[in-house]
This record gives sequence, structure tokens and C-alpha cells, in this order.
Amino acid sequence: MSDNNGDEKPVGSKVDQEEKRVGVFVCECGVNIGGVVNTRAVADYIGTLHGVKVTSVNKFTCSDSGQADIQAKIKEHNLNRVVVAACSPKTHEPTFRACIEEMGLNQYFLEFVNIRDHCSWIHMWEKEKATEKAKDLIRMGVERSKLLEPLQASEVPVNDKALVIGAGVAGMQSALDLADMGFQVYLVEKEPSIGGRMARFDKVFPTNDCSICILGPKMVEVARNKNIKIMSYSEVKAVEGYVGNFTVKVEHKPRYLDVTKCTGCAKCSEVCPVEVPYDFNEGLGTRKAIFVPFPQAVPLRALIDKENCINCKACAKACASGAINYDMQTSYTDLNVGVIIGAVGFKTYDPEPRHDFGYGLYDNIITAMEFERLLNAAGPTGGHVVRPSDCKEPIRVGFVNCVGSRDKNTNIYCSGVCCMYTIKNAQLLKEKRPETDHTIMYIDIRTPFRGYEESYNRSRNLGVKFLRGRPVEVKEDPVTKNIKVRVEDTLAGEIRNLEFDLMVLATGIVPNEGISQIQQLLKLSKAADGLLMEAHPKLKPVDTTIDGVFLAGCASGPKDIPYAVSQGSACAGRATILLKNKKAITEGITAVVNPDVCVGCEVCIPMCPFQAIKFDEKENKANVVKALCKGCGTCVAACPTGALEQSHFKNNQLLAQVKNVFRFQEVAA
Amino acid sequence: MTTETAAVKSVQAENGWEPNILAFCCNWCSYAGADLAGVSRFQYPPTVKILRVMCSSRVEPAFILKALKEGADGVLIAGCHIGDCHYIDGNKNAEVRINNTKKALVKLGFDKRLRLEWISASEGLRFSEVIKDFTEEIKKLGQNPVNIQGSEVK
Repeated sequence: MSDNNGDEKPVGSKVDQEEKRVGVFVCECGVNIGGVVNTRAVADYIGTLHGVKVTSVNKFTCSDSGQADIQAKIKEHNLNRVVVAACSPKTHEPTFRACIEEMGLNQYFLEFVNIRDHCSWIHMWEKEKATEKAKDLIRMGVERSKLLEPLQASEVPVNDKALVIGAGVAGMQSALDLADMGFQVYLVEKEPSIGGRMARFDKVFPTNDCSICILGPKMVEVARNKNIKIMSYSEVKAVEGYVGNFTVKVEHKPRYLDVTKCTGCAKCSEVCPVEVPYDFNEGLGTRKAIFVPFPQAVPLRALIDKENCINCKACAKACASGAINYDMQTSYTDLNVGVIIGAVGFKTYDPEPRHDFGYGLYDNIITAMEFERLLNAAGPTGGHVVRPSDCKEPIRVGFVNCVGSRDKNTNIYCSGVCCMYTIKNAQLLKEKRPETDHTIMYIDIRTPFRGYEESYNRSRNLGVKFLRGRPVEVKEDPVTKNIKVRVEDTLAGEIRNLEFDLMVLATGIVPNEGISQIQQLLKLSKAADGLLMEAHPKLKPVDTTIDGVFLAGCASGPKDIPYAVSQGSACAGRATILLKNKKAITEGITAVVNPDVCVGCEVCIPMCPFQAIKFDEKENKANVVKALCKGCGTCVAACPTGALEQSHFKNNQLLAQVKNVFRFQEVAA
Repeated sequence: MTTETAAVKSVQAENGWEPNILAFCCNWCSYAGADLAGVSRFQYPPTVKILRVMCSSRVEPAFILKALKEGADGVLIAGCHIGDCHYIDGNKNAEVRINNTKKALVKLGFDKRLRLEWISASEGLRFSEVIKDFTEEIKKLGQNPVNIQGSEVK
């Protein structure tokens, strides 16, 4: 790229040959800008720049009257470029783009200058310097604005089918809502049954209703819905394409039996001689090598765990319907969908590797998920909570909160659900066996939603003790195998020595296995906590930065069940906008190839993270697929001949800003 | 430091010279980080002007050279942390490009005037710290020689 690129004339449309008539609108943002920057002086200075036909200072440019002022001045002065100097384009650019578009100007003729977040707010005590800086920033914007070119947001057709990855409660909700609106949904679940984590819980807070009793009917509803195709024991292996037009490869792991013949009678399990730890029960108790995942599984079909199968073929003899097929192979399905909802869930923090609070060292320390399965009537002990060392029912039970949460050594964030499930677990055991004694050791108790505080109060009324402090020393009595804990009661200001028969760790929510794979397949970003990023934490909580891809449930941060279900529905609603409109608008900012300059060197092709540049063998030129291009400009910077340009961030537009940082230098358009 | 440059610097100090830094910030992380610094009112010196690009990988070495030629005392390129790039790995391309540009600037003695930083949308404080730190470093380096009358570079 040569130096005089900044002065080169853009390929002319009619508008580009017109005289540039710039209007500059300086916002005071109440006193946010006006209290620091001398907006009048700024406007006076900017008014002297070549091409600036009018300047205006408004108290609030974004208000109705502010926008009306812009529209009136566009008309009065026949403006063809608008510079708004106000807050951040990240929040207000769409507002002003719409404002000028209403007046018949191309929305990309707006230049937004940030003189609040990047000026008045950070130089509050240097008013003169802030005023000078605001002048510089706006001057950069004015010069850039003159070179802006009209762009057209493009439209792509949208396939009306949806893919939901993960059939936990959030994913099921998305699938049901979409199916009920009449769209075909593929629901892919890596486990052999749908239901997710919620299927493993005993009872759920704050109402303590039986988890599977409320989830089971929903699972059946999903299975019965004609618009939902469940693909259990399957994983997404490849995703290509873009909003409205994704092609997805799904891998079906072999169950080693014909699901159309299997009735889920579990006669095969009865004869199977192999017993292995039962993962559904957190490794407590055993299951057979051929097994039905759990009694309420959907689909209610058995599968063979080939790793542990000894090929005795006893199951084949026992199966009345002849479903067993030992030679089954992995198979694949290719799907074409318009939208993808990622509801890939979570796992609980594993305290084993770090031996948090003695977990893994001492028998009678278990995690809350293990406790949950022990409480469950269908669990390994038929609902009797016993301690692992001697299978006796414990009397003194200690609960430690925030294990793997709110700890700089593990995860700094709050998992949000542990206070409530610990309160619930203590309540359930106390109700079952009133002679038991419960102590919850916590940092803070967090009970923010409807019915949660009431549940907390109920626990206290039942006699559950709350002790603010974290155990500093955990030991096992070598004889009784009881757990001895030294803990500072930070409210009383004293060290307490406590002894428990059983101690339960409230392990937090961490990213699920395979989250990195999903992140890469869907081209999403991860936050510092390892969970997936939403498009905006407040205003776009289920959207992602990839159009047509949405996130529900714990994939994007710890959530409780109502929150996950709401997000499931929210995703369905957001996805429906695309599915129903049958078209998507893609951002006008893309890379553009000038075929006259392109020499077909292909340097740009591997640079593109989205595989949006295809090589045209016939013409020997690079070719940008607009619907795939996200407009980052990586390829543009790499192009050795200057054949690639990034629309709205063209070389001359950016250089106009660079040239005007320190002094006024008019850049010929 | 030679006596000559020390003399130049004392003149600069008397003239009330302050560094002029141009920062190319990516739209998704660093620009938002600068917004957050503003929202949080983390004060930093008015030495920097931010130019928004969609990705740090959009910044061409020519932009940097142009800025230095125009008299920028420092050029900052700020993008998302590695692994967090909105465009998957655009920032890795930026890293290669900026490091190569830095190497090329060594001969001209301008390499310390170019900086690459990863600043996320949640690192408003870090944004202000980076600007403070870079401003101090540029103050030590003194004015961009192209701005000094009679300078050989000019």
C-alpha cells in the first residue's frame, strides 16, 4: 500500500462525486459531556473545517428533539454526511443510523465520534485538554465521513429447520417451543437419553418437588412431538455455512442394538454378568454392560457399553425381540438448518484432583451430586442417605458451600445455585430423619429469586444451622472415620472444632466437557470463566456474535432451572424471527475484491477465519462470499496488491483519520 | 542518554510537550474496554486518541508508519486476548504483523513507540493503566524526532 492511497479517489457512485456536505452534531449528554468539554468552542472550531455546512449542539442528541434537529438540518442544508459526537457507537450507532436513513441518506453515511466514554468521562479534571481532544477526535471523524461510501446490507434466505444441541431442560424447552410453532427441530444429545442434569436431581428448590416427576412428562412430550427428531447418543461433528444456511454433520454412536426392535424391557440387563460403576448415580452403585440409562429414559432403549462388554452374548439370547446387533457401526447424518441453538449444559466442579476439603482422601466426604443420588428413591440406596465408610445413616451432617466457586484458586465466579441446593438438601434429610443435625458452612447465603428466601427461612425454622466461615482444616478420625473440621465462625469471631459423620461439598458449575469443541464448531468466543459468550450481557443474553446461533442454559454461565427454561424459550423466540421471516439481513461491512487489481496470489485465503474467500480457478481471482464474510479485515491487511478493501473501513477512510489526529489535513475525496 | 538528547528533552519539558498517542482499538474488546474505562471514570492522561477498527488484524503496517510519519509519538494496537478474538484468531495475525513491524522499526529507532496490547471488554481499569504506562514510556523516549525542527529524520 502506498502513501498516496489516502488521496485516491474511491470508485465513484453518484453520491461520491457530489460535494460533501457534512453536518456535525455535538451532544452534551446532559452534563456528562457538557460539564467537561466546552461544546460551543468545539462546534465553532469544527464549523471552520472544509465541507462542514452546519454544526449543532444539543443537550441530548439521542432524544426526540435531538434527532428531529438532525433531520431538520439534513433537509435545510441538504447534508449528505452526518457526524454525531456523543457517547459510544456500541450503544447508539443504530439509533442515529435509523435517524438519517429516515431522511433518505444511506445509513453508512453516519460517522460516530465518542467524546464521552473516550474523552469527557476520563479527563474530568482537565477541561481544556478534554476540549482540545474532542476537537481532534471530531476532526478525524469529519475527514473520515467525507470518504464514507454507501453500503447495502444484504439479504440471505433462511432454511426453516432448527438444530438444538443438548437435550437438557433448556434445550428441550427450545425444541418444544419451536416445534409448537410449526418448525422442524433436530434435537441432538450426546447421552443415550434426553433430560440432562435435571434428570439426576432428586428434588428441586425452592418448592422441593420431585425433579423427574416434572421433567419426565416434558421428556415424553418432546418424544411425542411430530416436529422434533431426537438424535440421542449423537454428537455434532462439523458445522459449515452461515445464518439461515448451516450444514451440520451429526455422528450417531452405535448402541449395538436395533432401537426399532428394543422395547426397553431390560431383560438383557438381568442376564448380563458384567457390573460397572453406574455413572448416572455419580459412580455410586453399579449397572450392567448392557443397560437402560435410567427408568424414565427417553428414548427408553438399552445400549451396550462395548468397553466393558465381554462378548458372552447372554443378552442376545435373553432379548425376545432380537434387537441385539454386535456389529453395529458409527453412522452419520447431514442436516441443513437455518438456526442453531447451543444448550450444551454444564458439569459440576470435580474436587478430586485438588482434594478440596479432603475430598478423595477421606471416605465420608461426598459431593452434593452424590448426596442428591443418595437422597433419590431410585438411587443406589433406595433413598437412604448413608455414609460411604460403613453404610451407616449419618446423624451429624456438615455442608461446605462454594467449593469450586468464589475461590481464586478454582473459579472466581459465584455458581448461583449452590446455596439453594444445599439449603434444599439439608431440608430434605431433616424432614426424612428429624434426628439429624445439619450445619451449613457458607461465605454468604444468596437467595435472590421468588420463594428462595422463604425456603432459606424454612430451613432455619427446621433447625438447620448456618455458620459463616470456611473450614480451614479437615481431618478424618482414623477409628470412627468421622470428619473433624476446624472452622472460624466469622460472625461470632471464634474458632470452632466440629465433628461430622458425613460432609457434603457444594460443588459449583463449570464448563461442560466438549464445550471447546462446540465453541470451535460454532465459532463462538469463550469468556474468562471458560463458558461461552453471549452477544451482549444485558440486551442480547441468548444471541451470540454469530448470526443464527443462540445459547440457552448453563453454556453461557451458571443458571438455575427457571432461568435455563426461560432462556430455552427465549432462544426459540429469537430463532423464530429468522425462521418465520425466511430471510436474514447481514451487516454491510465486508471485504471486497477489486478483480482488476487481484493477481490471484491466494495470500488472503488462509487468513480468513471463516473460510469466506473462495478462489475462482477460472478467473484466477479471489472471491469473497458475502454471507460468510464477517468483515474483520484480516485479509485486507494481508493483501499485497491492495485488491482487497474492507467496506466502511477502507484504507483511505482510516488514513483520513490517521492524517487528522494531530492537525487538520484535508483529504481529497 | 547523550547530553544532546537530554537538552532536547529539557526544552520539550519547558514547552509543556505532552505525548500524542494514536490507538487502534478493535471494536469488540479493546474499544469496549475503553468505553468501560469511561463508564467507570478511570481517569487517564488526554494523550491518546482512539481509532476504531473491527479487528486488530485490520491494522496494516503502513497505517503505523503513516502515523509515525505524521508525528505520532506512540502508536498502540489493542485487540482481544488470544483465544477471545471475535473473529476466532484475527488477533494472532495482528500479533505476527505488529511484531514484524516492530522489528522493522528497530533500525529507525522507533520500535519502542509501537505497542501491542490485549485488552478485553471487561478490562476498563487495564485500559487506563496501559495508557498511563505507555504515556510515561513515551515521555522517557521524548518527542517523535519528525516533530523536532532540524531533526535528521525529517
